Amino acid sequence: MIGVESLSVAYGAVQALREVTFEAPPGRITAVLGANGAGKTTLLRTISGLVSPKEGRIHLGGATLTGRAPEEIVRLGVAHVPEGRGVIGEFTVEENLRLGAMIRREPAGPLLEEQYALFPVLGERRRQGAVTLSGGERQMLAMARALIARPRVLLLDEPSLGLAPMVTAQLMHSIRDLCASRELTVILVEQNAKSALRIADTAVVLYLGRVVANAPAEEVARDERLRQYYLGMVES
Amino acid sequence: MNAFLTSRPVSDILTGVTNGVVYALVALSLVLIWRSARLLNFAQGAMAMIATYVGFVAIAPHANYWVAMVVSIVAGCLIGALTERGLVRWLYGKPELNPVVAMVGFLLVLESVAAAIWSTSSRGLPSSFSPIDWQLGGRPLALSPFAAYEIVTALLVMGFIAGLFRFTKLGLRLRAAALAPEVSRLLGVRVNRMLTIGWVLSSGVGAVTAVLVASNYFTGLTPTAMDGVFAFGFIAAAIGGLDSPGGALASGVTLGIVLQFVSDYVNANDVILVALGLLIVSLMVRPNGVFTRDAQRRV
Ligand SMILES: Nc1ncnc2c1ncn2[C@@H]1O[C@H](COP(=O)(O)OP(=O)(O)O)[C@@H](O)[C@H]1O
Ligand SMILES: [Mg+2]
Repeated sequence: MIGVESLSVAYGAVQALREVTFEAPPGRITAVLGANGAGKTTLLRTISGLVSPKEGRIHLGGATLTGRAPEEIVRLGVAHVPEGRGVIGEFTVEENLRLGAMIRREPAGPLLEEQYALFPVLGERRRQGAVTLSGGERQMLAMARALIARPRVLLLDEPSLGLAPMVTAQLMHSIRDLCASRELTVILVEQNAKSALRIADTAVVLYLGRVVANAPAEEVARDERLRQYYLGMVES
Repeated sequence: MNAFLTSRPVSDILTGVTNGVVYALVALSLVLIWRSARLLNFAQGAMAMIATYVGFVAIAPHANYWVAMVVSIVAGCLIGALTERGLVRWLYGKPELNPVVAMVGFLLVLESVAAAIWSTSSRGLPSSFSPIDWQLGGRPLALSPFAAYEIVTALLVMGFIAGLFRFTKLGLRLRAAALAPEVSRLLGVRVNRMLTIGWVLSSGVGAVTAVLVASNYFTGLTPTAMDGVFAFGFIAAAIGGLDSPGGALASGVTLGIVLQFVSDYVNANDVILVALGLLIVSLMVRPNGVFTRDAQRRV
């Protein structure tokens, strides 16, 4: 269980998050939705330690994450797939994965094989430069690189960005499966509310840095007011 | 065959390679820091010179040459770590000019401190390699045991660094930290530590270079012993591409050969002018370095 308690973050005079509170349970997908600039990326960056909050606390199980460096937080089991995926293009597919496996104190071989079994296309391209991958394959690589460290919490920042609808659907499906089979706590940030709401258990809606809704995903999907004003979903 | 090997152009190539591997080591040392910290270490030569004094004069003055060399390398690594932690760390994120001014200032301080402690008179290092050229059929080959020692040592250092970066976990972390620091932190790489290790490696390479330079029978060790070599190594790094270790090495050796031909066929005094000319032309034609591949997209 990861918990965020009245978290406030500011960049100079820009207040990016205001007293954000919610919990994300294991084995569930918690979607964080909202328009561009709502504070979604800031929320994930604060959880993973890249940004220091002005106020508030984040905890994972019994441990407090706030105040720790990203290098420590990932060792506590929080994997963050950043906006834009963060694949290192100059590295091969396998080097990217090896980097992800570095914090595990065990031989990388079996860990790599496990990811190649999960994402066969990465296995086929293990020696290729990561620049040669398509958008969907890069997203798989970014996910595999996060999963190889066997995290308890997976933070995904707009994984569907730039992907074709078909690819997005497949991606959402595999996120759903992974979350269920590994008891992962998934926090899924999306602007594409429609696809996220299909697989999420709970949805937290942010508007100008504030939580304006925190409810089961079906409820949020049915709520006309939320859909129109905060999620920009005009078509039904 | 002997006549060919002792001919004037082959002699120039051999001499050029001998000089060039030293420029290549300086260039490699600069590239190791540029890639991770985006900083030009103008004090590179001076730091290496101090390491050599520490090894051969302060700590192990009567020791065997190789023992003193190892002490110098360890001292060089320590000086690199201390410089990064004590000085350079304060310069990250400051305006572009601050690091330049700071590193040039550091260079001047190191050279005057060395002169104050150890005086400016030259000291010979007890290298047992003869500087006298081998003979082939009664004519000198432009290669001495000392030159061969320089070339072999330089190749060993380059091979060690290349192997470390390509084949080890530490190398993977070092490359990742340089290419994508934020992503690396998210994957658990201690990027600050990688920066320090980059300085340690760079300064270790520097110390080997300075020991080679100071082991030259004709020049010896002085506080300014590295100035000339640093200038050419710097130019080689800028021509070859500060982001490309391979480019820096190729460019160092090429520069050594070209300059030797200039020195032999034109005039020894024109060497630095030609080097600067090459630098200016290459910066105009290929600002990212002659030997770098075209900028790759970073994703
Ligand atoms: N590094 C930064 N410096 C200053 N302001 C920032 C920075 N990053 C984000 N912001 C601002 O914080 C707010 C939230 O941004 P962000 O978290 O990126 O939102 P989202 O991911 O929901 O689009 C925006 O107003 C944005 O302009
Ligand atoms: Mg965002």
